[in-house]
Amino acid sequence: MNNTVQTMPDHLRSPFSSKVKSWETLLLLVAIGIFILNSFSSPYFLDAWNLSDATFNFTEKAMIAFAMALLIISGEIDLSVASIIALASTAMGAAAQFGAGTAELVFVGLTVGICCGAFNALLVTVMGLPSIVVTIGTMSLFRGISYIVLGDGSYRGYPEDFAFFGQGYVGWVISFELALFGGLAVFYWVLLHKTNFGRAVYTIGNNPVAALFSGIRVQRVKFILFLLTGLMSGVAAVCLTSRLGSTRPSIGVGMELEVVTMVVLGGVSILGGSGSIVGVVLAALVMGLMTFGLGLLNVPGIVMSIFLGLLLIGVIALPRLWSRYVSRTE
Amino acid sequence: MSQLKTAHSSSEDFPPVLALQNICKNFTGVRALNNVSLNLYPGQVTALVGENGAGKSTVVKILTGIHQPSSGEILLAGEQVQFATAHHAASAGVTAIHQETVLFDDLNVAENIYIGHAPRSRFGLIDTQAMRQQAKALLDDIGADISPTAMLRDLGIANKHMVAIARALSIDARVVIMDEPTAALSHKEINELYVLVEKLKSQGKAILFISHKFDEIFSIADRFTVFRDGGFIGEGKIKGVNESELVKMMVGRPVDQIFPTRQPDLGNEILQVSKYCHPTEFDDISFTLRRGEILGFYGLVGAGRSEVMQSLFGIKRPCSGTASVDGKRLEIRSPADAIAHGIVYVPEDRGKQGAITTLPIFQNVSLPSLQQTSRRGFIRLAQEFALTRKYTERLDLRAAALDQNVAELSGGNQQKVVIAKWLATQPKVIVLDEPTKGIDVGSKAAVHEFMAELASQGLAVIMVSSEIPEMLGMSDRVIVMREGRMVTELRGDSLTPETLVRHAAGIGEE
Amino acid sequence: MLKTILAARETLLLVAVLLLLLLVSSRFPAFIEIDNLVKVLTDTSPLIILALGQMLVIVTRCIDLSVAANLALTGMVVAMLNTAAPELPIVFTLLIAVSLGAVLGAINGLLVWRLAIPSIVVTLGTMTIFRGTIFLISDGQWINAHEMSEHFSQFPRGSVAGMPVLAWIAVLVTITAWIFIARTPTGRAFFAVGSNPHASVYTGIDVGRTQCIAFIISGALAGLTGYLWVARYAVAYVDIASGFELEVVAACVIGGIAIAGGQGSVVGVLLGAIFLGVVKNALPVVNISPFWQLAISGAAILIAVAFNSRSSQSRGRLILKEAEQST
Repeated sequence: MNNTVQTMPDHLRSPFSSKVKSWETLLLLVAIGIFILNSFSSPYFLDAWNLSDATFNFTEKAMIAFAMALLIISGEIDLSVASIIALASTAMGAAAQFGAGTAELVFVGLTVGICCGAFNALLVTVMGLPSIVVTIGTMSLFRGISYIVLGDGSYRGYPEDFAFFGQGYVGWVISFELALFGGLAVFYWVLLHKTNFGRAVYTIGNNPVAALFSGIRVQRVKFILFLLTGLMSGVAAVCLTSRLGSTRPSIGVGMELEVVTMVVLGGVSILGGSGSIVGVVLAALVMGLMTFGLGLLNVPGIVMSIFLGLLLIGVIALPRLWSRYVSRTE
Repeated sequence: MSQLKTAHSSSEDFPPVLALQNICKNFTGVRALNNVSLNLYPGQVTALVGENGAGKSTVVKILTGIHQPSSGEILLAGEQVQFATAHHAASAGVTAIHQETVLFDDLNVAENIYIGHAPRSRFGLIDTQAMRQQAKALLDDIGADISPTAMLRDLGIANKHMVAIARALSIDARVVIMDEPTAALSHKEINELYVLVEKLKSQGKAILFISHKFDEIFSIADRFTVFRDGGFIGEGKIKGVNESELVKMMVGRPVDQIFPTRQPDLGNEILQVSKYCHPTEFDDISFTLRRGEILGFYGLVGAGRSEVMQSLFGIKRPCSGTASVDGKRLEIRSPADAIAHGIVYVPEDRGKQGAITTLPIFQNVSLPSLQQTSRRGFIRLAQEFALTRKYTERLDLRAAALDQNVAELSGGNQQKVVIAKWLATQPKVIVLDEPTKGIDVGSKAAVHEFMAELASQGLAVIMVSSEIPEMLGMSDRVIVMREGRMVTELRGDSLTPETLVRHAAGIGEE
Repeated sequence: MLKTILAARETLLLVAVLLLLLLVSSRFPAFIEIDNLVKVLTDTSPLIILALGQMLVIVTRCIDLSVAANLALTGMVVAMLNTAAPELPIVFTLLIAVSLGAVLGAINGLLVWRLAIPSIVVTLGTMTIFRGTIFLISDGQWINAHEMSEHFSQFPRGSVAGMPVLAWIAVLVTITAWIFIARTPTGRAFFAVGSNPHASVYTGIDVGRTQCIAFIISGALAGLTGYLWVARYAVAYVDIASGFELEVVAACVIGGIAIAGGQGSVVGVLLGAIFLGVVKNALPVVNISPFWQLAISGAAILIAVAFNSRSSQSRGRLILKEAEQST
């Protein structure tokens, strides 16, 4: 063999200049921009308590978005998350009617979330069905069960200390939800970027066949990801139910769209294979600040959804238009 | 077959019906074709020969309007033309039978033949009746007994190929391109194809024939054109050359492929496979393998060789039979299990199954060894890079950095990444499926040399290959498979090109 | 062979629909009287029309989640137009509805074609944009029956040969779709693109352009339905037909359209839509709360998709499919 071995460097270029990082920088700049714009346009914006209130705009969605990011990176999707919230919340409401305490309620909410995730996982990984159709189906099914149980009624009467999850504060202006959001962000950052499991997620998203041929247990990893997404929906259900103090079957309707938007805005490729948790955190901040800012300007929620839709398409379209423009001028 | 030769068959009588002149084609930074020329004459078969990567498929794509040349001219009957889309090329009378069948599983046979140019009735609707009748006539004409209303999905690979040929002929073509048309065909079907080619010749069509098989080229072609590394090397009449001259033009150096000399030092038996069966792919496969041995598996495409190996590796599930390593019976349910038992598999399809080309080299190499480089499930980059460096340097990988994406490497270097990935798991048995398919001559030699080195270090090697020289040059022993069964085992003096081909094709001793 | 499987799937669906009718009529015979069946068909017509458009999109390996929002936006625009110009002939209303729907569909199609953005992202986005736009133009106001002119709201209800115009339009669209798919080059191109995009390029079919056409047709049909919907229920507001896109996808999946593209038939989709329509109309008759409907259609989607995949798995040597499942 040829013995004049060249020593290859580990890295070709400084990792800071890589594409994903620049996407995150862009998001950070957008977030700062919105922040400054908001603080100029409304005198109420720069108030610690107002800002703290604003975080409720995104904390629950972001919790799901973390798990969803991993799922989308692996090449699957779960559109049933909002319906899982409805079903979990309905189950908690029913449990509360039977006099369940706070601990039991949380247990019920999380268990229902995991079970729903397992049901999706089973259909996708064991039966080999496409996740997009499966979760459109379970999206109807899960919320449908809530409607069967509740009709046009609602559950109220949750125990008093149950309110802590959605309304409590762990210190000064830091709400429980915000603290949980922070904790989960760190957890998912470590899971995706620092563990073998996270590496497997990326690998599967890039090439599921080669991943399988390399000894990755593809279906097992996907199963766990659906479980995690279900669990996070359960967590979000606990927080949201606690915050609203009531359960209607229409709870959290349309939230799956906002979660997917958050993930895609965060730079996760909808086709799988790339993305980062930092991006999702920044996307959550951008969306939260924007919603809050528009709210201060008395812009109705449905009009905000226009911005949301434009944002979702724009963040993918603009880089493509730009690169096309660049290649044309070259 | 010379009796069909027409009076006008010499090229001096007619100008080329289609000519490429000084064609260049660049793909983002890479020059795929550099100033090549190609002449196709009416009533003649021109063989285009060259190694993988010589630029043959790019030329086909330019001729059929899939790609447009960066510079140079296409002359159709002496006039300059441009094929902006596949549609343009087809209406100019250029049609192609592609390497992989580019057909539609969800449409029926007649629709597959006529999609894009179906006969119309009044109101511009597709005339289904006429389409079916014409399709039937075309299929009958080429001797294919296929119903025009059958769904393509339900046809076998050979029949799909006949549909592809019928499709090519449904266009009133002046030029027919055949891109490795015999790859998936049986002996009988290949002979039928030859008859068809003669018929097309007699109709005055110009045929471009692309094949890796020299016997085919010499029995069917009138002229040849040689490409090498995207450049034009030469052309001429097939009568004027012999095989070794042609090969020399192709590879740019004398043919005698040099294989490493080995003194096989066989150790104890490590792998036993006994009565492996699969409901559809193979039946009754039994063999053993020793340390330090290279065992070849030879057979035609579709003989079930890869499927046996994939069963051993946990991709497919055998319905009965056992495999054991070091006398210990294996329960292999997934590749992860196989790897844990020291069996690894370098698949044939490097881009889809072997390497994850959109990820960096080090992530590819460390993938099956993550347990080894990580601690309690947490990634340790330094260990990962060290492992990668150790094995890629051993294979003499050429790359700019270890975090370069595999997609940016050449085919040969990609293959080295895949092999490095498996060596890092310190396997006992390594299965190489077509290890040198589609890589350049230099890398080929490196892979061969490395295989020999691995065997000498006591690794047991299984090599699945369709290349006879490689089989003869590398294997200590060859098992020949045909239609899912083991036909024979050859070694020593009985291992010759003739015996290999005869057993693989099922031609009895005379 | 596939023909027989297809036939079997559609026969199965037909049997399911008939069984359902039999079951309901065994206790409530009035349900299968002609008048009621016509009512069921009329009720299901919007679903049939939208599902046929959606079918084309799914066959080309895309999905259009914006149909219901497109319907609502077009409906609002024609309703506002009607209040502004009550005497506008119905032909123009129809023309405007179809064209506006087609333009909205073209937005989806162009984003998918020119920028190669996955259709699910595009239509999730346009879905919210369209809904938001309704609020912007209507200021959140409702347009009620008394604000609409007589001929505007009566057109879909007008009876021709004992059947409302709305149902006739569904029949017409079904027949047109069937001819279009079976007998035109564009119709076949949808299936070619979905079946094998790579091979489509080799046969001179522009994949993106074909997908764009599918979106435009789906949009045009949504626009048409927008007017019919608003006129029939004589009301227009932001949230009409909210979530209807899921029912449309459900009808397609139940009708045997493969989400992976390339496979599906008009008859299947028709039966899929009718199945959901019969369930919806039967629930109140047999005294089950209409709140069951969502769960039933969800369950039907899951059963149908499981059934679809089973029938496609049983044939061919799907090496990698098997591989992925064996872990």
